[in-house]
Amino acid sequence: MSLSDPALRIVLYEGFGAEPLDGASRYSAVSALLQKGFAVTRSAADRPVAPADRSPLLVLGRFGGQPPEVVESDVPLRFHDITGLAPAQLGDAVESVRTETKAAQHGAWKPWFPVIDYDRCTNCMQCLSFCLFGVYGVDGEKQIQVQNNDNCKTNCPACSRVCPAAAIMFPKYKAGPINGDDVSEADLAKEKMKVDISALLGGDVYAMLRLRSEKAKSRFSKERDSDKALTERQKCLVKLAAAGDIPPEVLMSLPSPEEIARRAEEAAAKAQAALAAQKGN
Amino acid sequence: MSQTPPTILYCHCQYAQVVPKEVKEAVLKKLCDSGVAFEAVADLCEMAARRDPALQRLADTGTVKIAACFPRAVKWLFHQANVSLPLDATEVLNMRTQNAEEVAGRLLAAELSPNLPTGKVTVQDAPQEATAPIPVPLS
Repeated sequence: MSLSDPALRIVLYEGFGAEPLDGASRYSAVSALLQKGFAVTRSAADRPVAPADRSPLLVLGRFGGQPPEVVESDVPLRFHDITGLAPAQLGDAVESVRTETKAAQHGAWKPWFPVIDYDRCTNCMQCLSFCLFGVYGVDGEKQIQVQNNDNCKTNCPACSRVCPAAAIMFPKYKAGPINGDDVSEADLAKEKMKVDISALLGGDVYAMLRLRSEKAKSRFSKERDSDKALTERQKCLVKLAAAGDIPPEVLMSLPSPEEIARRAEEAAAKAQAALAAQKGN
Repeated sequence: MSQTPPTILYCHCQYAQVVPKEVKEAVLKKLCDSGVAFEAVADLCEMAARRDPALQRLADTGTVKIAACFPRAVKWLFHQANVSLPLDATEVLNMRTQNAEEVAGRLLAAELSPNLPTGKVTVQDAPQEATAPIPVPLS
């Protein structure tokens, strides 16, 4: 999925020229479309809805076989008659319009990424320094920001656990405060402990991984036991997984210790540069 | 003089199982049965990730009531998409912790109780209930 493709907006129209839907039919239609990932506007005169913009627009209604014709429109606009369509057919019909209009496809990627609470964030760059996948960066004013959210590893909340201010949320996480729930004093104490996720393993996580790798290499050269080196790494990763609630598949898919070390150094350098620039300001 | 009722925004949290299914389905059903206008989106997180311009359109409607998850998460999800929700004109209902009756009742109520967090919110100082609801009479 490209995150920059425009999304197809759907309007469920029940006004003049269209037969209104009863509550149950309306629910079935909206529900079917939401499950396909679409956004639906149910328009009525009682209150405002968001205005149209340049996004492609599809107006659905029970037009009795005679959908209105688009005479002139500044936006890509289509009408579709849904008279007699079952919810599944409706979903398929809208999906085919989406394909034709080259609008964004939904559901190909689970939207899992960090969300920064800037009321709490102290711009300490721990997250930037910690993340190996280039999710974080800084803006022109050296303020931390999430720059590549689709690089984030699904279900991995590790960076939120190294944040000393409990400022990183994953709204789809199971528990607070990472899910956005209010932060308690106990959480902050917990967060402080979590900052030391690295201390758990005797220092910087990546340095530790590097050391393990070197030891493993050394043993490998002496003992020629590749299985032992792998076991070492796995043990260390299991410990990390437990400490940070990091899915094992994320840890096991990490690059080689050498690559981890390279990326960690790169991230740390970025964080150092941002911190130095902050001090310079 | 009459004021415009708040725009209603419902998030279906389509790509995770963190909002109880029975709650989100019951809220959507009540919205559909009520006959009011509303905006329903599959997943606010996905929209924030893609910086969907629809989020700006929604924030620009004036007062808005949002049925989604934690107010702190919703506030900063919009921010992630470079959209600021108006602090004094946004009420977030939390389908992870509130039941369907509460959420639907608040969505359809005429008055607005702004509850977006401001500052370093902790459990002690989080706005649980609005102190002074802003009345929004139906026109």
